[in-house]
Amino acid sequence: MRLSIRHITRYRFDEPVRGIVQSQKLWPADCASQRVLAWTVTSHGAQTGAEFVDGAGDMIRLATWRGPLTELTVEVEGEVETADLYGVLREHRERIPPSAYLRPTRQVEADAELKMLSAVALKGLDGASALDRAHALSRAVSEAIAYKPGETQPHTTASEALSGGVGVCQDHAHALISVAHVAEMPARYVTGYLQASADGSPHEASHAWAEIWVPELGWVGFDAANACCPDARYVRLGSGYDALDAAPIRGLVQGATPEEHLDVEVMVTAVQSGQQQQQ
Amino acid sequence: MSATKPAIFNEMLNGEQVRSAYQNLEKWYRSMPAELRSLKQNEAEALFRRVGITFAVYGEGGDPERLIPFDMFPRVMTAEEWRKLDRGVRQRAAALNAFLADVYDRREIIRAGRIPEHLVTNNEAFEKAAIGFRPPRGVFSHIVGVDLVRTGPDQFYVLEDNCRTPSGVSYMLQNREIMMRMFPQLFMESRIRPVDGYAGLLKKTLASVAPQKCQGEPNIVILTPGHFNSAYYEHSFLADLMGVELVEGQDLFVEGDFVWMKTTEGPRKVDVIYRRIDDAFIDPLCFRPDSMLGVPGLMSVYRSGGVTICSAPGAGVADDKAIYTYVPEMIRFYLGEEPILENVPTWQCAKEDDCKYVLENLSELVVKEVHGSGGYGMLVGPKSDKSTIESFAAKIRKNPDNYIAQPTLALSACPTFVEEGIAPRHVDLRPYCLVGETIELVPGGLTRVALKEGSLVVNSSQGGGVKDTWVLAE
Repeated sequence: MRLSIRHITRYRFDEPVRGIVQSQKLWPADCASQRVLAWTVTSHGAQTGAEFVDGAGDMIRLATWRGPLTELTVEVEGEVETADLYGVLREHRERIPPSAYLRPTRQVEADAELKMLSAVALKGLDGASALDRAHALSRAVSEAIAYKPGETQPHTTASEALSGGVGVCQDHAHALISVAHVAEMPARYVTGYLQASADGSPHEASHAWAEIWVPELGWVGFDAANACCPDARYVRLGSGYDALDAAPIRGLVQGATPEEHLDVEVMVTAVQSGQQQQQ
Repeated sequence: MSATKPAIFNEMLNGEQVRSAYQNLEKWYRSMPAELRSLKQNEAEALFRRVGITFAVYGEGGDPERLIPFDMFPRVMTAEEWRKLDRGVRQRAAALNAFLADVYDRREIIRAGRIPEHLVTNNEAFEKAAIGFRPPRGVFSHIVGVDLVRTGPDQFYVLEDNCRTPSGVSYMLQNREIMMRMFPQLFMESRIRPVDGYAGLLKKTLASVAPQKCQGEPNIVILTPGHFNSAYYEHSFLADLMGVELVEGQDLFVEGDFVWMKTTEGPRKVDVIYRRIDDAFIDPLCFRPDSMLGVPGLMSVYRSGGVTICSAPGAGVADDKAIYTYVPEMIRFYLGEEPILENVPTWQCAKEDDCKYVLENLSELVVKEVHGSGGYGMLVGPKSDKSTIESFAAKIRKNPDNYIAQPTLALSACPTFVEEGIAPRHVDLRPYCLVGETIELVPGGLTRVALKEGSLVVNSSQGGGVKDTWVLAE
């Protein structure tokens, strides 16, 4: 499937700020399930540089704005050819060993409840394959946390989301990473885009899910929020230990920080086959 | 308690005889009237206060205004003794750096089954953000502090390695400075190798690892967390000696491909940062988001070759107490040599058999936390009563992975000034090895001394002091 993505992030400040530094992880990498046909990231008015590809295969670039400024915009536009590989990440170039993804960060640290959820989900599956166990964990998280926007915050932890029983994709991903870690399975947070569909199933266009390490297959994506594995509707952007570490944009305002208003607009649409990308 | 107590090696004596290395000092001590001694002791204290060196060594915290006791009786090493330490410390620094370059790249030592993967990759000090990047010259730890103890004339052990930002070198330099000022005669009578080349060698080392994008003379800075830090004195002292700027995070910023320093003449590019800030705090956009001490974006500039950070982020994985056990293996694996300096035999409570042994023999062992430092959170078995031992045993049972144990070594002792004259007190030694284009080691180091009679804990937070350390010329 050919997907067209437009992702605009606008920041507005009540008072002028002295400057801003952003670390941007906004470039999808090629892998078996996706091929990037065109991709541009425009940081209006910023100086950019210090580009590198990190150990996880994600390109990272710095953007700095010198103030005073009250507003800034980061615009992402591109087209990606995708294929459904049942969530399996193949031909992705990276150098970090899976065993590095067992770290309990603040947001994915397991409490007694998450440990219990993991144990109950895997009951009777001792001899099962890693893939079956990963599916069981993902199902358990889908059932334990209902999709409901507006109930959780960006800083909500897996344990808070589970005890509240509601959350958004970030919370599902955190909880899944956490229960996987309890089962000693390496797991990580993945950001990306999801194509809007007409059937009204819950999702967010700016999306997140988890990847679990399955020795026979490699990294496999699990979207507990939508109770499925990523398919051709998904574009994978970047990864990390948790939402903070994987964030597409991590920024810092220099000097005094006034009230910040964030406005994110994401459109992911299927491009009809044969149709050329519009310039 | 063990029935037989091993004899303590007194570095000044050979049986009843004063060893030749100490003969001058023994005469010096004997001919010094008591009044002169207390006069000199006061003078030393005043000098230390004047230069402002009042910090706690090795990031132990505590009162930053407190003076660490200075003992005027120098410790002496012969040329021959030093030769072995010199080779051993350099060998260790080379192997630790080879290990770091390997675990952040191909992980050959893990593939070869010589060290368990989880001890490395699941280690708190292992930085995912350092994987797949080779710092200039492949060096991760540019200043390696190796803590040594001695138990006999030829028996030295490595207690631990410090690959991040070992502190205390300013004491090594100031102890010498003050001794030379107070007792110039001593330095004319003995041929003592100088240590004052350290700052020059440090600067040369830092310049030799300038990033690929740097052309011409590299601009070096020392990045300090600020004057509230217990080692702030050392940061400013080293900056002064090297003639480089001492900066805080707020003095630096990132723009384009580089790190810049704010100056009155406008921004000036920075090429090499000798940072005295922990990994977690150096870049809030990569590590702890709440850090106010670092420079946002620094890691990106580092990874894209615009600046060198010394020590490299992630260097700490080599000096972890659980990794320590494997350093002899690293030396064999990377250098194809046998270790010149021995490790202290160590039981890892993470291993079931080891843990069982440790719990059964607590009264004879020293138990430490894997990530602990500064002599806190440890158990010195022979010096502890039954209830202390029992409550410590409970802690080990609860979280065995967090503890290692070692035998109580009969640490060597050096003559030290006490109320009644001189008496032997236990000592350790930290030489500072510099790794860049070449490996450099000034002859000497920081000797810490346990001032309390019989005490084995030399940490300044637990009543330890410092001494000038002499290495005699050939």
